[in-house]
Amino acid sequence: MLIWCLAIILAATLGTYALGVARANRLREAGGTFNSLPSYHGMLGGSVALLSGITVSFALLIIPSIPGWLAPLAAAAASALAALYSLRRIRPEFRARRAFEKIVLGVLLSSSIVAILTTIGIFASVAFESFAFFKAVNPLEFLFGSKWAPTGSPPSFGFVPLLVGTILITTIAIAIATPLGLLAAIYMAEYASANLRQVLKPLLEMLAGIPTVVLGFFAALTMAPLIRNSGESIGLIVSSESALAAGLVMGMMIVPLISSLSDDIINAVPQSLRDGSYAMGATHSETIKRVVLPAALPGIVSAIMLAISRAIGETMIVVMAAGLAANLSFNPLAAVSTITVQIATLLVGDQEFDSPKTLSAFALGIVLFFFTLALNYMALRIVKKYRQAYD
Amino acid sequence: MIDLTRNSNNSFLSKRYAVEKRFKLYGALALVLTTVFLAFLLLDIINKGLPAFTEHRVTLEVMVDPAKIDAVNPQAGDFDGLLKDTLRAQFPDMGSRTDKKKLNSVLSQGAADDLRDQVVADPSLIGQKIVVNALLSDESDLYFKGLAPAKDPAFLDQVKDKFGITKSFAWRFFENGDSREPELAGLRGAIVGSLLTVIVALGLGLPLGVGAAIYLEQFAPKNRWTDLIEVNINNLAAVPSIIFGLLGLAMFLNVFGFPRSAPVVGGLVLALLVLPTIIIASRAALRAVPPSIKEAALGVGASPQQAVFHHVLPLALPGILTGAILGLARAFGETAPLLMIGMIAFIADIPKGFTDAATVLPVQVYLWSDLPELAFQSKTAAAIMVLIAVLFAANGVAIYLRRRFERRW
Repeated sequence: MLIWCLAIILAATLGTYALGVARANRLREAGGTFNSLPSYHGMLGGSVALLSGITVSFALLIIPSIPGWLAPLAAAAASALAALYSLRRIRPEFRARRAFEKIVLGVLLSSSIVAILTTIGIFASVAFESFAFFKAVNPLEFLFGSKWAPTGSPPSFGFVPLLVGTILITTIAIAIATPLGLLAAIYMAEYASANLRQVLKPLLEMLAGIPTVVLGFFAALTMAPLIRNSGESIGLIVSSESALAAGLVMGMMIVPLISSLSDDIINAVPQSLRDGSYAMGATHSETIKRVVLPAALPGIVSAIMLAISRAIGETMIVVMAAGLAANLSFNPLAAVSTITVQIATLLVGDQEFDSPKTLSAFALGIVLFFFTLALNYMALRIVKKYRQAYD
Repeated sequence: MIDLTRNSNNSFLSKRYAVEKRFKLYGALALVLTTVFLAFLLLDIINKGLPAFTEHRVTLEVMVDPAKIDAVNPQAGDFDGLLKDTLRAQFPDMGSRTDKKKLNSVLSQGAADDLRDQVVADPSLIGQKIVVNALLSDESDLYFKGLAPAKDPAFLDQVKDKFGITKSFAWRFFENGDSREPELAGLRGAIVGSLLTVIVALGLGLPLGVGAAIYLEQFAPKNRWTDLIEVNINNLAAVPSIIFGLLGLAMFLNVFGFPRSAPVVGGLVLALLVLPTIIIASRAALRAVPPSIKEAALGVGASPQQAVFHHVLPLALPGILTGAILGLARAFGETAPLLMIGMIAFIADIPKGFTDAATVLPVQVYLWSDLPELAFQSKTAAAIMVLIAVLFAANGVAIYLRRRFERRW
């Protein structure tokens, strides 16, 4: 039905445009100075037909109780009416360009409002379901309980083990990604020749472009056994779903993020600062360590915060390589579970929206949403607050 | 010239130079490590995935027995039995239950289906003796690929000696939908599902994103509202993708009642997901066009919108296109939000429309990676190879566009 609606609306739009242009041309040849070009009369008619058709068919398609065949018919009727109306309005003194530009501006404005609607939608959907969850489960028990077993009997929804697991894996990832990413950025910005940069940049972009499900597969099937075997060969007990494997691969995933952000920031430090340092007799690395990095520090800190928020929200790597059982453990060789793993596993498969088990995923979602939002906000604030204005 | 290295601070200076060298080395080391990781990852996947692109078949001379295959209704014929009898005829002394089991496990279930298709297409084959390259089961296939030990290698070697085994490119990997049998499972359904989903995602996300970018960059008044929209877009870009899945589940499925597992819903969610990416890239492209161009257009009497749509937008188009391709790549590789809206179901049929149940390539990778059969492991890696090839191609086009049309004003 959707296809039919779209086809009818498209035909109506193009038809109205052609008719409008033809009519305006005819009137113009008959005499009189037109305010607007004929094509604007056509475009105005076309856009009115398009918008009314889309509005009507969308409204009808979204209401489930209305039979599907009605929507294309109504769309056709609405666009035809709109076409008739706008064709009749074509007169020499009619300011069609003004009217059309108003419509365009309205469309542009509404598309930028979609972003706000998305945020509201996200907030509303997680908040609504979490509210239902917190009616069944005490929020204090959720926040401070130390046992997470949503499928157990009785189920327990203590969020602390998940928090610990998330922090553990994120820490491993950041501990790997920060030095690697930062050093890579320094080398690319300060030492590498232009040719080398041309090779290295796409290479890092390649790593950044690898889907996380691929990294998850790699973490689960190659990295985890590798770590397990090498750990066991020196006598350590390593879980096959160790936090280390997931954290390590996640860290490598984040390296391009940190390096590209830091690269931009280091490049933004003005050359005059470096020149001043060289003039005092400092070596290249001394200049970097004592002048460039301190100047770039706020930006680097905000890059790391964005990386943390990325690591916390990352799903596929941990779903595939980390554990399902929420153990309360800080041991990187043990299996831990994370917030995102639980959201994914709770909502895949059968969903009953009246049981706290399903709803708990939304409570976890709201926690995750606010975590990442706060980190992102802080990152932006740090950059804004400590930004140096070099003239 | 004063030789600075010959003064009394010689050791101090050489220490500083050593630090300098070491620091540079650390930087290079970080890049080498990252490159090695990337190379290791890709080689590991290629190494695991390449075997899935080939399949082994056993060459059987089959008498299409009219007693078993009814010429009037060949569709219902017992092709499975036909193939098994042919196989069994060469092993007269294998009569016990376990022996029969062994014989039955040589061939894939798909072998009989292939033969049925062949005979239904050409009923004159009934009553003739034809040569059939029958597909092996995943276990025997893995043995001949040398990837896994067989339960009874001697028996399989005998089969090879008696009938002959051929190796060929596994076209069915691209022609079949998903299947429970590893040797029959293919990517066609996932590829079509991915295409449908990405079409919806870009069809919605691109106009919305470009529209928002044009508004914010060219027409928006500087006030609290536009600040709010801007902050909001930056925040949205950092929201974890799985949260968008929650939005899709709670809003699109539960409130609006859209169909589960449908590409249209997946596309909708991904459109919202890539919206910030497209907006940010498009804004950067629009900002890079020098204001003098717009001002010149305004100076000769164009309206603000004419200046933007006739002059600024065409010049920003390559940059916008690059952003769109990056958005497409992101949507194409995204998994987590699609799990929430049910695109994870086992679907053997190829989706025919935007509202059919479907799955997408990355989700197929996830699904296969979870299966216990060893053969699915190489299928997973092969699916990853296809996924990555598409993504690298998209990124390559984006890089090419950037180089080709990049303009310095």
